[in-house]
Amino acid sequence: MEALLQAVVNGLLAGSLIAVPAVGFTAIFAILRYPSFAIAGYVSVGAFAGWWVNTRLGFGAPLAVLVAFAAGGAAGLLCELGALRRLMPAGALTVAIASIAVNLILENFLRFFFGNDLRGFDLPIQPDLIIGGIFVGLQQIWNLVLAVAVVAGVFAFLMFTRFGRAMRAVADNPDLARLKGIDPARIAAIAVALGAGLAGAGGVLLGLDTSIDPMTGYRVLLAVFAAAVLGGLGSIPGAVAGALALGIAEELALLVVPATYRSGVGFVAILLILTFRPRGLLGERAA
Amino acid sequence: MLSYLLFSVTIGGIYALLSLALNLAWGGAGLVNLGLAGFFGIGAYATALATGAGAPLAIGLCVAMAAGVLAGLAITGLTLRLRDDYLAIVTLGFGEIVRLVALNERWLTNGADGMSGILAPGKAALGVVGFNQAWAGGVTLVVLLVWLLLRRLDQSPFGRALRAVREDQELAGFAGKPVLRLKYQAFALSAAVAALAGALYAHYQSYISPDHFQPLITIYIFLAVTAGGIGRPVGAVLGAYCVVAFLEATRFLAAVVPGIEAVQVAALREALVGLSLLLVLHLRPKGILPERIPPAPKAPS
Repeated sequence: MEALLQAVVNGLLAGSLIAVPAVGFTAIFAILRYPSFAIAGYVSVGAFAGWWVNTRLGFGAPLAVLVAFAAGGAAGLLCELGALRRLMPAGALTVAIASIAVNLILENFLRFFFGNDLRGFDLPIQPDLIIGGIFVGLQQIWNLVLAVAVVAGVFAFLMFTRFGRAMRAVADNPDLARLKGIDPARIAAIAVALGAGLAGAGGVLLGLDTSIDPMTGYRVLLAVFAAAVLGGLGSIPGAVAGALALGIAEELALLVVPATYRSGVGFVAILLILTFRPRGLLGERAA
Repeated sequence: MLSYLLFSVTIGGIYALLSLALNLAWGGAGLVNLGLAGFFGIGAYATALATGAGAPLAIGLCVAMAAGVLAGLAITGLTLRLRDDYLAIVTLGFGEIVRLVALNERWLTNGADGMSGILAPGKAALGVVGFNQAWAGGVTLVVLLVWLLLRRLDQSPFGRALRAVREDQELAGFAGKPVLRLKYQAFALSAAVAALAGALYAHYQSYISPDHFQPLITIYIFLAVTAGGIGRPVGAVLGAYCVVAFLEATRFLAAVVPGIEAVQVAALREALVGLSLLLVLHLRPKGILPERIPPAPKAPS
């Protein structure tokens, strides 16, 4: 029973970290309608930017997350405007394939300058808390707080700002939004900057939890897809729910299968949800 | 030098088979397969296991293709009714799962150490040079055969129906084409060809490990098919040989750019692959040999 509870807690903690890039991925999908494989590259770029200001300039975790958001967002905007936007008329699949190429370039850009070594953040060593027999790292709680703050920020942006509302309008009905005078190109740029920024911030959160290398983003790509598909592609609350569900499912699965199959759980989750509830737990585009 | 060239020709042929496979599913029916490396790996492991148990080469190749077809049907069974982007996501995951299984199921695949001593027909009898020559010739012959077959298929009513599905599946369904069945057939046949490529690779190298089936291979093949011309078998073959030539040429990057380390050379090569794919998509999206679409026949007056 205790093992089960521990697994659920671990799953929620892990899921909250995946939720951040998953929201980023689904935000880009909601507006631009293509699955961005470059999200992995944005995660890694953000992770390295955050790591750099943390270890070289001594920034704390919250500031590192902010820097990572900016770096990821800038990388995303640059790639979108420079490499992907012009391909939109050729169809979503072409852009998706181009985004794989973008990912490859970003990953190797990092590899060229930083090498393949694993790098850890400079963090004060903190004790584990034991609450009712459940072990929780203090750093993990901080990461959870940061993840919740980031996601809450996104929701506030979508609910209360002009651009956020415009984004939801475009996601809901692009034609109607255009009739209302919303500039689709501008909203697309905001969505990419936001989505890639979230991916970058997620990169730091994942790095705080373990360590980073140029493949950091690629390793979580399947989990990010799974979270987004689980929640319904394009639904932002869905991506959060999907990430938490996936985190718990992964931890529970590890009670019965070897830990090396962790990333396989995401794949199985995708297959199950596509078989039984193809529009996701919360339904597609419920943003 | 000669054996290096022969090696490149053989690898080029194996990439050409993979490109033909991708071109059939993607260029023919519009089905993206981001798990191509997974099907490549399944073919390699299937034949390694079969011939390891004493089966002759021909049986090994058949087992590999059958395994590819089964995996292809299993993976498409769940997703073909859904939108295309789901297929992209699922196949990407599939490629990773194949690698994960190969890494972890040591009893079957020997894990990260890989399987060595795979049957390499002719290696003992022909010597190194003779073996390389025989395989370069043999693989090229297989490429030629598969190309002729797929080109025939391309021009047959089946190929035209596939294209109809690719362009507008609702319209194709409305015109009485069995859309789902066509998609299954195209994807399964494509998986079989990819698995065949994997099987040939396994016997040629006589050693395989999960590292040989990285997702990077899938990207190489996408580059090959896009550069050669999506939807045209001869373009896929040409693209594959171009990509291998390009990859081999970039090996000499270290000599051109002084003062960079091995890992930086590797990073530069991969980045160049990504950049080339972007450039092709932007500058020449139809490839070197664009697809030829015959004009609609004139209505009889």
